Amino acid sequence: MSLQKPVMRGLLARRLRFHLPIAIAIGLTSAVSFKYMVTEPRKRAYAEYYKHYDVNKEFNAMREAGVFESVQPTGK
Amino acid sequence: MLLEIFNTKFSQPHLKMLHLTAMRVGSLLARRATTALTSSSARMATHGHGTGELSETVDMSQPTYWESVIVPLPDIPYKNELTAADKSLKQKEKGPWSQLTKEEKIALYRLMFCRTYPEMRRPTGEWKTVMGGILFFLGFTGLVVWWQRAYVYPTPPRSFDEEWQAKQVKRMLDMRIGPIEGLSSKWDYEKGRWK
Repeated sequence: MSLQKPVMRGLLARRLRFHLPIAIAIGLTSAVSFKYMVTEPRKRAYAEYYKHYDVNKEFNAMREAGVFESVQPTGK
Repeated sequence: MLLEIFNTKFSQPHLKMLHLTAMRVGSLLARRATTALTSSSARMATHGHGTGELSETVDMSQPTYWESVIVPLPDIPYKNELTAADKSLKQKEKGPWSQLTKEEKIALYRLMFCRTYPEMRRPTGEWKTVMGGILFFLGFTGLVVWWQRAYVYPTPPRSFDEEWQAKQVKRMLDMRIGPIEGLSSKWDYEKGRWK
């Protein structure tokens, strides 16, 4: 019938000691994985796109498709 | 694809579905009744003993016995009318407690409190009722929406047609929408098809 006295103090400190490293680890992991899974591929995609980008070719293709109002396709 | 489901009208298989949902409602009500019964045993603790009242009103101006996990010591003991055996036990309680037997200590506890902490913390299974109710009403809402699609909605605008949607995508590709990571980046302009 003799129970152990329960812990009465330091409950928040104990919780923080347990959860804070986990929270920091998850935060850092999320940041690092976002950087290498999202931002780096995105930067590479943009660099790749603009490496061989010919603005005149794109303009003429769009003009022929008839999406502009300022210029008509070269047929008209 | 979802639009096709909503296009069909109400058909026979769904009457069977209504029978199933009716059975589930029946079992839900049975479960709700049992939870009401178990919680009424806690409510019985607050009923004033020996007041001789015909109605079930509780005098809320008096302290009531109310136990909860966060309130360790309720305002009044659970049992207020003590039998002769209880009274003699209470007398014995005034002496050194090491002379009380284990059964006497438990009896004294039961005089003061209705339930022990493990009994209070015992899982009730209420979550099953809650989940069942949620899913039931979600299903019912789905049926209502289906009926609405069949009987209430007007004809959709022409921009929902397959042909219009195809023309819309073609125009987006012509305008080079999302050329680097978005829509147009998935289209192969040389070959004229998706990558």
